[in-house]
Amino acid sequence: MLGDILAWLADHPQAFETAAGRHLALSGAALTAAMALALPLALVLVRWHRTAGSVIAAVNVLRTIPSLALLAAALPLLGTGFLPAVIALTLYGLPAILINTHTALREVDADVVEAGLGQGMTDRQVMRRIRIPLALPVIFAGIRTAAVQIVSAATLAAFIGGGGLGELITAGMGTLNIAELVLGGVAVAALAVATELTFAGLEWSVRRSTGAAA
Amino acid sequence: MSWAIENYDLLAIALGEHIVLVATALAISLVIAFPLGIWTARRPALYVAAMTATGILYTIPALALFALLIPFMGLGKAPAITALVLYSLLILVRNIAIGIREVPAELIEAADGMGYGKGRRLIRIELPLALPVIVAGIRITAVTQIAVATVAAYINAGGLGDIIFQGIAQDFGEKIAAGAVLTSLLAIAADESLKHVERRLRAATSERI
Repeated sequence: MLGDILAWLADHPQAFETAAGRHLALSGAALTAAMALALPLALVLVRWHRTAGSVIAAVNVLRTIPSLALLAAALPLLGTGFLPAVIALTLYGLPAILINTHTALREVDADVVEAGLGQGMTDRQVMRRIRIPLALPVIFAGIRTAAVQIVSAATLAAFIGGGGLGELITAGMGTLNIAELVLGGVAVAALAVATELTFAGLEWSVRRSTGAAA
Repeated sequence: MSWAIENYDLLAIALGEHIVLVATALAISLVIAFPLGIWTARRPALYVAAMTATGILYTIPALALFALLIPFMGLGKAPAITALVLYSLLILVRNIAIGIREVPAELIEAADGMGYGKGRRLIRIELPLALPVIVAGIRITAVTQIAVATVAAYINAGGLGDIIFQGIAQDFGEKIAAGAVLTSLLAIAADESLKHVERRLRAATSERI
C-alpha cells in the first residue's frame, strides 16, 4: 500500500503540488475573509445590543447548515470554481469567530471596565486597552476553530470544481485508484491536524503573553 | 418548490435513511464511550491519552476519513457508521468523564460512608448526577453526526446527502436546497429537543442535591 502511494506520488508530483497549493489558497483566503468580516462586526455588535440578538440568532442558524450543503448551495447561485468555494468556506468559518469574539468582548469583567471608565477613558479607549486585550485568548480560540473547520470543509470544494486536496479523493474514487484516494485522505488529515496544532500553539502563546500582562 | 412538493416521498425516504444512519451511529458511539468515559474519569493520565487520540480522530475531515476507510471496508453503510462513531468519541467520552468528575466530593464520601460499593455508587450517584452533562454531549454529537452524514452519501450510505449530491451532478439548485434545508432542520430539531431534555434534567438534578 505505502509503495503504491509513493509510486503514485513519484509519477504525479505536479498534481499533488497543485492540489495542496490550491487547498492552502482556498483555506487562507476564506479564513482571511471570515476574520475581516467577523472581527469588525463583533466590535460593532458589542455596542448595538438590540441588533446583536438577532444577528447572533441568524449566525446560529448559519452554524447548523452542514458544510456540504453550504458548498453545494454556492453552485447554482455562484457557479463553479475558486471564488464560489471561498465564499461558501468564508460563511462556514464566520460563526465561530463572530460568536467567540462577541461573547468574549461582552463578558469582560465589568469591574475592570468600570475602573477604566472611572479613570476617564473614553469608550474607544476601554475597547482598545481593556476589552480587546482581555478577550484576546477567546478570540484566538474562535479563529482556531474556524481555521480547522475551513481546512476540513475545503476538502469538499472538489465537488463544486473548487480544487484542493479533495480532488485527489474524488479522482481516486472515480478511477478506483486506491493509492491516489488514500494519499488524498492522508494529506487532508495531516493538514487538518497540522492546522489544529499550529493554531493551538499560537493560542497558547497569546494566552501566556496576556496572562503575563494581567 | 415544485420539485420538492412533487417528490416529497423521495425526500421522506432520504430523511428516514439519514435518521436511521445517525441513530445507529449514536447508539454504537454510546456503547463505546460509556466504558471509556467511566474508566478515564478519575485517571488523569489515561484521560489525556484518550482526549489526544479521539481529538486527532475528530480533527480528520469527514471525506478524508471515508477515503482512509475505503481500502479496509469498501463502500456503503458500514464505513459510514464507523466514521460517524470515530468522530463522536471525543465529545462523548469527554462529557461522560467530566460529568462523573464534577460530582461533588462530599456526595462521593457520603456514598462511601453508607457502604456503597464502586458499582452501586456509579449507578445510583455518579451517573444520575452526570446525566445533564452527558446529554449535552449527546446533543453536540447528534448535531455533528447529522452534518457529517451528508458527506457519507458519497460512499453510498444514502440519506439526505444523496439529494444534495444529485443536485450537484444535475446542477439543479432546488434539489440542493431541499437536501440542505431538510438537513439543517433535522439538526435544529435534534439540538432543540435535546436542549429541552438537558434543561429538565438539570432542574431535576439540582432539586435532588
